[in-house]
Amino acid sequence: MPQIFGRSFNWFANVSIVGGIAVASLLLGILLNINRLDYVSQVGVPKSQPVPFSHKHHVAGLGIDCRYCHTTVEETAFAGIPPTETCMSCHSLIWTEAPMLEPVRASFRDNTPLHWTRIHDLPDFAYFRHDIHVSQGIGCQTCHGNVDAMPLMAKAQTLNMEWCLECHRAPEKFIRPREEVFNMKWVPPHDQTAAGLALVKEYQVQTSQLTDCSVCHL
Amino acid sequence: MTASNLTASNEAEPNEAEPNEVGQTISRKQLNLDDLRGRLARPGGPAYWRSLDELAGTEEFEAMLHREFPEQASEWSDGVSRRNFLKLMGASLAFGGLSNCTIQPEEKIVPWVRAPENLIPGKPLYYATAMTLGGVGTGVLVESHMGRPTKIEGNPEHPSSLGGTDAITQASILDLYDPDRATAVKNAGRIATWGGFLQNLDQELTLQRSQKGKGLRILTETVGSPTLGQQLSFLLEEFPEARWHQYEPAARDNVRTGAALAFGEPVNTYFDVAKADVILSLDADIFNSGAGSVRYARDYAARRRLRNGESELNRLYVVETSPSSTGSIADHRLALDSAAIEAFALALAGKLGVKLENSPEQPSYDDRAGWIDALAADLRNAGAASLVVVGDQQAPILHALGHAINQSLGNIGTTVHYTDPLEVDPVDESRSMHELVASMLADEVEVLIIVGGNPVFDAPGDLDFTEAMEHVGFRAQLSFYENETSERCHWHVPQSHYLEAWSDIRAYDSTASIVQPLIQPLYNSKSAHELIGAMIGQAGLPIRDILREYWQQETFADDFDEFWVRALHDGLLADMAFDRRRVRLRSPIKISREFGRPRGDDKFELAMRPDPLIWDGRFVNNGWLQETPKPITKLTWDNAALMSPTTAERMGVDNEQVIDLTLPGRSALAPVWIVPGQADGVITVQLGYGRRVTGRVGTGAGFDAGPLRTSAQMWGARDLKVIKTYDRHPLACTQDHHSMEDRHLVRHADLDHYRHHPDFAQHETHESPASLTLYNTNEFSSTTGNAWGMAIDLNACIGCNACAVACQAENNIPIVGKEEVLNGREMAWIRVDRYYTDLDDPEIFHQPMPCQQCENAPCELVCPVGATTHSEEGLNDMAYNRCVGTRYCSNNCPYKVRRFNFFQYADRDTPSLKLQRNPDVTVRSRGVMEKCTYCTQRINAVRITAKKRGTPILDGEIKTACEQACPTEAIVFGNILDAESRVTDWKASSRNYGILTDLNTRPRTTYLARVRNPNPAIDKG
Repeated sequence: MPQIFGRSFNWFANVSIVGGIAVASLLLGILLNINRLDYVSQVGVPKSQPVPFSHKHHVAGLGIDCRYCHTTVEETAFAGIPPTETCMSCHSLIWTEAPMLEPVRASFRDNTPLHWTRIHDLPDFAYFRHDIHVSQGIGCQTCHGNVDAMPLMAKAQTLNMEWCLECHRAPEKFIRPREEVFNMKWVPPHDQTAAGLALVKEYQVQTSQLTDCSVCHL
Repeated sequence: MTASNLTASNEAEPNEAEPNEVGQTISRKQLNLDDLRGRLARPGGPAYWRSLDELAGTEEFEAMLHREFPEQASEWSDGVSRRNFLKLMGASLAFGGLSNCTIQPEEKIVPWVRAPENLIPGKPLYYATAMTLGGVGTGVLVESHMGRPTKIEGNPEHPSSLGGTDAITQASILDLYDPDRATAVKNAGRIATWGGFLQNLDQELTLQRSQKGKGLRILTETVGSPTLGQQLSFLLEEFPEARWHQYEPAARDNVRTGAALAFGEPVNTYFDVAKADVILSLDADIFNSGAGSVRYARDYAARRRLRNGESELNRLYVVETSPSSTGSIADHRLALDSAAIEAFALALAGKLGVKLENSPEQPSYDDRAGWIDALAADLRNAGAASLVVVGDQQAPILHALGHAINQSLGNIGTTVHYTDPLEVDPVDESRSMHELVASMLADEVEVLIIVGGNPVFDAPGDLDFTEAMEHVGFRAQLSFYENETSERCHWHVPQSHYLEAWSDIRAYDSTASIVQPLIQPLYNSKSAHELIGAMIGQAGLPIRDILREYWQQETFADDFDEFWVRALHDGLLADMAFDRRRVRLRSPIKISREFGRPRGDDKFELAMRPDPLIWDGRFVNNGWLQETPKPITKLTWDNAALMSPTTAERMGVDNEQVIDLTLPGRSALAPVWIVPGQADGVITVQLGYGRRVTGRVGTGAGFDAGPLRTSAQMWGARDLKVIKTYDRHPLACTQDHHSMEDRHLVRHADLDHYRHHPDFAQHETHESPASLTLYNTNEFSSTTGNAWGMAIDLNACIGCNACAVACQAENNIPIVGKEEVLNGREMAWIRVDRYYTDLDDPEIFHQPMPCQQCENAPCELVCPVGATTHSEEGLNDMAYNRCVGTRYCSNNCPYKVRRFNFFQYADRDTPSLKLQRNPDVTVRSRGVMEKCTYCTQRINAVRITAKKRGTPILDGEIKTACEQACPTEAIVFGNILDAESRVTDWKASSRNYGILTDLNTRPRTTYLARVRNPNPAIDKG
């Protein structure tokens, strides 16, 4: 009785084993890396906003401090999006007729809030707090990138958990003096690790605690 | 259970084969009580036990325990079959994989147009206000997130609270967001408008005005609000012949009548428990129900601390019919029926030299327990530092007797104080109701305005309120829910929650508070002030202005604005409490012939009580209260006929068997629940259940005991007959769940033993010396300077469950429903275990059981995905988003404190419920394990504040929700590395012990053993 599989099929079996492993690894690689794609994390992708607000113009051009608008960044979890009144404190005097600013004027006039689209959106089970990061010497720019160079706001980092952990495992790599937190032009010193360790000590950052689940997940 | 399905099966036919309404529960067999007594008497028999089934060691009980999770755990009895469930699971698995690869959906940020001051997103604000129940207020602080009230705490500055709360107050926030509450004005069942109602009401009132209000009747609940009282008096001035009636089913009529008997006027009595060395309670659950209970419990517990070498305790004697929270912590507890309690009081009064005018045939008290002499001596020795308290449900003459005893002991001015009545008009409410019904039947009433309450459901059974109502031409009701009464009214106006409307109220000691709203009414609701105001030409006037006007007349403050702002900030009106009154006892006290007359041997006694959690039925639609186990019985979702083991044996009935409670001309069907420690021959039932018209939660829960009430016998009857049926009604008791076998979990000693062996609790189990362990104990130490721990003082815990409800509110814990509770799937993160020692005259112990936060935690080792890990500061963290639901951790937890979401218990769809949620805690979804985290969100918030401040966390700065709510301060949380912290101090106590420490779990939660202070002159044996 002839065999169903001839000798030549051995070749097929070998290839399929190797091929199978290769395909499986490829799939696994895609699965593991897909969240790192900018397409998925939306890094560098501006979103449509009611008013094309330019951080570049307001921060770099006019030199307005972050905290002028993001008032609660040192006080609580949420950095704060300015009320329309804050915009109008200047724009009732300058660019009063600019068509681009009509939604802002309409909001103030009709007492209806502006609806901004969130750029930095963490999953709801991660309880991030701005105040503690700012007070422990993590600069705005470390997470939000060079906002002063962004005509339209876009994410600069993936905000994936592995990215959070980069710093939570070794804060000395990113920490800066408190007085430089809001400085967009700050450049890390050559011996960042050594200087960082000194700051970690000075600010009593408990690195041992930073990777506890309950620090972020409540 | 509805009344109809009970009646349907009320046939004297054994029908054991009938399938249980609900599947997988322990089917309870007839218990042999003699056998149980034998087991207890045997040397080496169980010292502590929790339920009769456990004690008997029935096969079913063992089987249920060893299954860990009951059979067919994936079967939801709510109509989702296993097959459907798997389909759904399959689909969600498939999509679960995909969800990772999609871009997050866009979210909007909506800032203010003009930002209000002081409102910072993410930072809660706290406002002082007061909650009213039965015409008496309790001071509270309410947490508000972005304008949403989310959590209620006690007000530390208010004398009625001092920071503590009870379970009902904690749960009252849920009512505000109840999707089933009345939301619109209705006319004959159709949605109408407030304006339309006013128009109609005006027509009626114009007619009434012409006849001086002859046909106008107002029916309110007990009114304790001075301003509402003034509005009502204006109304009566405008309509001089109108009548104002008051009625609520749990009214304190007997207390008022008793005071009137003793002093000639219904003065308010309150106690200074802190000053009392010897306390006698005559069927008074003073620490867990009624006016001032939170404060009384705190003052009592403050004298049970045994700190810093103290070796003196106060002493509590409790004589009661059915075990209560107060009875469970007594040093001496005696179960008597109501006749014997009366005879007991009379004998005691005689012994203490109270002048009595006795009727000739006074029944004598058979002092089998040998109490009277010893108790009288003890009270007399304590002198002015003794206290006798009589229960709200006891006969007025017993209250008069209580006042006389207190007077003869010299307690007035030290432990007992009198003030003017708290109520605006202290009437006998059952008589008031009687008069109203009589005048309605006589067709004298043309307009009936019902302000709050539900008289159709809860008026005494002998008054046919429903029938009488039909004689009234215009009936309108203001109430929070649409209830049995609303159905029969022409108009129904939704009532505002106390967090939505302005009012004022007096507390137990007459401290006055402003009830200030935290939120605009969610729906088109009105308060009693607005309704009465509309009838006296104050329509549209802000209630706040009316309140200000009232208090401006009352106060002598120079600057009223400052006085007002301070009153709102502090939660109480400074110097507005009544002065203490001097009263003259009308001596001698006349004892009537009926007093203390024993019932016939063939009859049973019926005792009716407000339910400890759903009260008179007003909280029946509150899921948190429904699912919180009752303090002693540990039943949820039901009331039952409570009886002692001996009575059950005599009757030949068993747990869950339905019996017919019959009084002449009236009856009710109730399931039996056997309660060790109940007085023999007494059947206790709770009011408020068996509602016909209520929301989704309350419908079908329990049976209605109301028909058994008559206006002459509001709280009990002595001629009860019982007819057995062979029907069964499953009761969801939580005490069998999460059993910890017969290990030495609660530990206690008498004061005398404690004085000689202060460390008795530490020698009850054999433990290996610490040096024998293979673990590196350094790995448990913390490098941050903080290591969290908790200590729970069993000497202070009264088992009230305030901690459990507080935890539910703080941590967004869902309710699961009766069927799921029967399946052992309740979600409470902290449970209060209750232990008995004896079958007939047990000592009762409470043990709150949160996660023990083991340093060497068995749960962490077995998690295959690292979802539960140890934090640096010693918490067993639970990362919900990582949990895949293997439940290994729960299987490996020796304390049984982990809870699994078998289904999507948390309601994600009802919009109003979302407003209540704590924004700092994840709402868990199906398939996720959850557990107590020592309120890690509160720890994080304070840690961040302290870091920004640059100083270490202070002791007491972090309070867990259970600790904060506890009325007796039985729970303390803090840093065990801080030598100065309270928790370190407690843990250094010789009474401190950990449970199951022989397993080397190294729990961070430890307990302080209970020490009782029995009177050596009373022989317990």
